[in-house]
Amino acid sequence: MRKLIKTVVAAGLFLGLGASSASAAEGIAVPKQSWSFDGVFGTFDRASLQRGLQVYKEVCASCHGAKLLYYRNIQDMGYTPEQARAFAANYEVTGGPNDQGEMFQRAALPSDHFVSPFPNEQAARAANGGAYPPDLSLMAKARPNGPDYIYALMTGYGEPSAHILEEYEKTHGAPFELADGQHFNAYFAGYKIGMPQPIYEDGVTFADGTKATIAQQAHDVATFLMWAAEPKLENRKSTGIGVILFLVVFTGLALALKRRTWAAVH
Amino acid sequence: MAGHGPAPEFKNPAVRWVDSRLPIFTFMVKEYGTFPMPKNLNYWWNFGAIAMIMLVVMIATGIILAMQYTPHVSHAFSSVERIMRDVNGGWLIRYIHMNGASMFFIAVYIHILRGLWFGSYKEPRELLWILGVVIFVLMMATAFMGYVLPWGQMSFWGATVITNLFSAFPIIGEPIVTWLWGGFAVDNPTLNRFFALHFLLPFVIFGVVILHVLALHITGSNNPDGIDVKGPQDTVPFHPYFTYKDMVGLGAFLIVYSIFVFYAPNFMGHPDNYIEANPLSTPAHIVPEWYFLPFYAILRAFTDDWWVMKLFLGWFMEAKLAGVLAMFGSLILLALLPWLDTSKVRSCKYRPVYKWFTVIFVLNFLVLGYVGQMPAEEPYVTVSQMATLYYFIHLLVITPLVGWFETPRPLPASIHAATLKGSAPVGAGAAAKMEKP
Amino acid sequence: MAEAGHQPGHAEEGETRRDFLAMVTLATGAVGAGAFVWPLVNSMNPSAEVLALASIEVDLANVPVGSAIKVFWRGKPVFIRHRTEKEIQEAVSVDVATLTDPQSDAERVQKPEWLIMVGVCTHLGCIPLGVGSSEPKGEFDGYFCPCHGSHYDSSGRIRKGPAPRNLDIPEYAFLSDTRVRVG
Repeated sequence: MRKLIKTVVAAGLFLGLGASSASAAEGIAVPKQSWSFDGVFGTFDRASLQRGLQVYKEVCASCHGAKLLYYRNIQDMGYTPEQARAFAANYEVTGGPNDQGEMFQRAALPSDHFVSPFPNEQAARAANGGAYPPDLSLMAKARPNGPDYIYALMTGYGEPSAHILEEYEKTHGAPFELADGQHFNAYFAGYKIGMPQPIYEDGVTFADGTKATIAQQAHDVATFLMWAAEPKLENRKSTGIGVILFLVVFTGLALALKRRTWAAVH
Repeated sequence: MAGHGPAPEFKNPAVRWVDSRLPIFTFMVKEYGTFPMPKNLNYWWNFGAIAMIMLVVMIATGIILAMQYTPHVSHAFSSVERIMRDVNGGWLIRYIHMNGASMFFIAVYIHILRGLWFGSYKEPRELLWILGVVIFVLMMATAFMGYVLPWGQMSFWGATVITNLFSAFPIIGEPIVTWLWGGFAVDNPTLNRFFALHFLLPFVIFGVVILHVLALHITGSNNPDGIDVKGPQDTVPFHPYFTYKDMVGLGAFLIVYSIFVFYAPNFMGHPDNYIEANPLSTPAHIVPEWYFLPFYAILRAFTDDWWVMKLFLGWFMEAKLAGVLAMFGSLILLALLPWLDTSKVRSCKYRPVYKWFTVIFVLNFLVLGYVGQMPAEEPYVTVSQMATLYYFIHLLVITPLVGWFETPRPLPASIHAATLKGSAPVGAGAAAKMEKP
Repeated sequence: MAEAGHQPGHAEEGETRRDFLAMVTLATGAVGAGAFVWPLVNSMNPSAEVLALASIEVDLANVPVGSAIKVFWRGKPVFIRHRTEKEIQEAVSVDVATLTDPQSDAERVQKPEWLIMVGVCTHLGCIPLGVGSSEPKGEFDGYFCPCHGSHYDSSGRIRKGPAPRNLDIPEYAFLSDTRVRVG
């Protein structure tokens, strides 16, 4: 038994070392935020999701796609099917071919994917000085500590601190300089990011009247992106509670049965 | 140890009808009902059954996923996301499969560790052990190809790095790699064939598992004291003793598994695999899944400026080939353990010197795993080289030598005797002194 | 089972307790196994993006009287015909009792000028001809299935040939005079 515990601890260490190094080895440490979807009972704050969608739509969507989302998915945020249809109708998709063999533009339906601003990566790069604004559908899972990282990135613009300038010069052997089209961001690997600051105070006017500070917009858009990356998060966590409780009961029963059976032998 | 007493009689006429034509019920009763098991087994012995359950879980979830997955470079990534978002319960099945691979390896690593510690690989179980190594290698091939299927950045670049390894072989290397790829780089032909093989291999594993269990049932199970079963007083029937005990182990294992699936489903994975594969952009660090890390470390340890290369191997081959051979060699050597270990005593419980070398070997393996995921810079390179050397020295030098020179502790007279007074060994005749290790 | 050292009575009581506990444990295990299998089976049911296309909206503004269109719905063609007065008259004036599958025209249309039916022959599933203006319409001025010679009338009812039922009418609703939702 003692040996078993020792090995489980060792294995845990192994995995723990493994996982933590995987994240520490890349990027800059980002401060931890608290999210409504954290923890065993986490859920998505619907109001935050709606505000986040608004930030995405008004600020991000001009450069970043979210092509894994369908317009009908916004019903998960508390919108009605009619609202989903109206939202989709703002966008155009290519339909067809018609009976003459031509492609045509039509209003998007709830069953269509979110329309990307550029048809392909090359067009996106051409329009953005060679930098590619990545699709955001999975961004919250494609970076270590995704939501924290997104929040940090959104709020990380400004002037580099003296400490960062010093550290940069030491590791790169040259002073920190921004080329044309580059901007400083304290949390982007290398500190130079192609995206200009996207979020400004009161840059959007929230429909529910919440004050649109940079922190608020960053928080809401990060929540929205976590939902976009994993819409089934709530199902996952709530199912987990039931499964684990069931397994605890089952293991307890099995243990009682085992002990009773083995009583004669021990 | 396979004599099981009189043939069972069944009351149900339908059962008797089938059994007289194909004795599957008699077989089940003999192999999983009355089969004699040493009565001193501890919970380390649960992990074989757990591994078998994991194989079933992986095949079941895998087949369901295969119904929804598209093995084409333009659709693979999005078909997986479709499973996560649109397929009923698809997220659950995908996460079970993804974390199941890791849990399968956890169970198998503990199962192997049990074998190492208690000498389960020793006579007469050598073939059982070799079949186990075969299963382990097949699992690694299956997991490697499975990881390519989602077609993320790590899928693609991991496939590129590992398939490129085969070019290390002189003359035949490049043609082999082109043949593996079906082209000039990892691309659609590669993905398609990996899907076909990933579907196939688990059934091959299943076949070898059957051989593994058959071999086990000829010799019977080893036990923590490593002494042979001498009669029925040393054993209990598999049912109900080990059916119920296996349920306990399985329940606890499933709880850990569920914590990962429901609350940390991406903990053991890499975020870069949520980025679609881009042949024009290499990730900052290419890292295989955690269960490959020790072997990846052995592979990378061989650099051209290492003294082992410069003094010995460099005359015959490049570091790349040496690394590949060492990586495969580390597994083949494991298979040869029954012959490398010269000790007459099986269980480390009674091997006061070798047990500490086993502990160090395991810790060394964990160190290899740790450096396997770090970038190829100092101090990790030197550490990985020392750890690689130690791995081979343990198997090739320490294991045979300690077996020759070690004085084992006195073994219990029998399993039954050993279980009478807890784990205190009863020496034949004299009161044996318990030496503190 | 090892019963060394137990009194017979004790053993029986122990066995009964163990049996009950065994039953409960095994039943719990069976429930768990079933709960594992269910999502696997349910995953084969139509997924969200298939269900999202379970209903479609069709714009009828460009379908003049006397012409018809085919739309794709749930993997099958749906015929939408803007019927002429003549076709409506033909459909209404048939003696329902003489039909293989008796149905009045009123039972098959919501607005008489719009005939909306699933364009799959009820015999063995071919797609009947008659939508395009140059296609044969059979002997009853409706639709003709070339596979085995079923003739449908201007209400889509089977009049001659091996088909057992009239062409199926899908669930549909008019959202406006020129827009209909099918499904």
